[in-house]
Amino acid sequence: MIGAVEVTPAWYLVLGAALFSIGTFGLLIRRNPLVMFMCIELMLNAVTLTFVTFSRMVRDTGGQSIVVFVLVVAAAEVVVGLAIIVALLRKRPGATADDVAILEG
Amino acid sequence: MFAVAGAACLAGAVGVVVSSNPVHAALSLVGTLFGIAVLFVAQEANFLAAVQVIVYAGAIVVLFLFVIMLLGVDRSDNLRVEPLGGGQRVTAAVVAAGVLGLVLTTLASTGWEATGAVGEVDEGVPDINQLGEALFTRYLYAFEITSILLVIAVVGAVLLARRVRREEEIVDPGQAERRAVVTERIARAEARAAHTDGARNGVTADDAEPEPATEPAPAQEVGS
Repeated sequence: MIGAVEVTPAWYLVLGAALFSIGTFGLLIRRNPLVMFMCIELMLNAVTLTFVTFSRMVRDTGGQSIVVFVLVVAAAEVVVGLAIIVALLRKRPGATADDVAILEG
Repeated sequence: MFAVAGAACLAGAVGVVVSSNPVHAALSLVGTLFGIAVLFVAQEANFLAAVQVIVYAGAIVVLFLFVIMLLGVDRSDNLRVEPLGGGQRVTAAVVAAGVLGLVLTTLASTGWEATGAVGEVDEGVPDINQLGEALFTRYLYAFEITSILLVIAVVGAVLLARRVRREEEIVDPGQAERRAVVTERIARAEARAAHTDGARNGVTADDAEPEPATEPAPAQEVGS
């Protein structure tokens, strides 16, 4: 029990919701593909924080187990997504999310 | 502890969104990730906190920075220009506020308490023991499938990021037409976006007219 004595779990949930909303906002307004990707990481982290909080609230390790899987999926997603971004930006330096529309057949 | 870590999380998140330089955004992301790791420790998820620091701050952010440096896209974005024109930011703000309101309403409707079955957590056992036991008994299949996912991701990344050596040998009818369309579209976009440095590309000669008080532009005209 380090800290978090008077802080109820609801605070963590509110913080997770706020982080998720900020990530959503950033994902919608930014057009640099790398920064959009960081916003997705932000949203994923908000969800993992919520999972850990619920795991503590219901006294079950299932939430923490899911966080492990979220971490693995996030790592795989980052690897593939960055590979796509590298391939895209190598062809067309300075491309933004709008330019991906060029890919349409 | 919660206040400090939560403030670090929120400040980092806002920094990711508003910083115009991708490198600054990545460093702000590190702040958020560390804050969340601290919050994990505060909730007795010590193993996950360590994994969070190692995997996210140690691997993923480094990967981000690596790609930023590799591609040389660490120039600043112009955040004054709205990407899709009118009202996109307002719409995005409305959507984000809607998400926040939806989640908070849902939480408030349950009285800020978790509903559902209460699991059994042994008090004396460390969290890493419980997590390991859960991963290798209850979630064994999911655990094995994630290993397959990782292999697929690695193979896919290698395939995607590999440089195609002999590009000119690939028969691709219609490539010239498509390239012409693309270059024309990009030139149009550049001319639209960069009316400030219009003197460099002589397309927007009208815009370049008011500022030939500087020396180089007339000199170039004389020279040519």
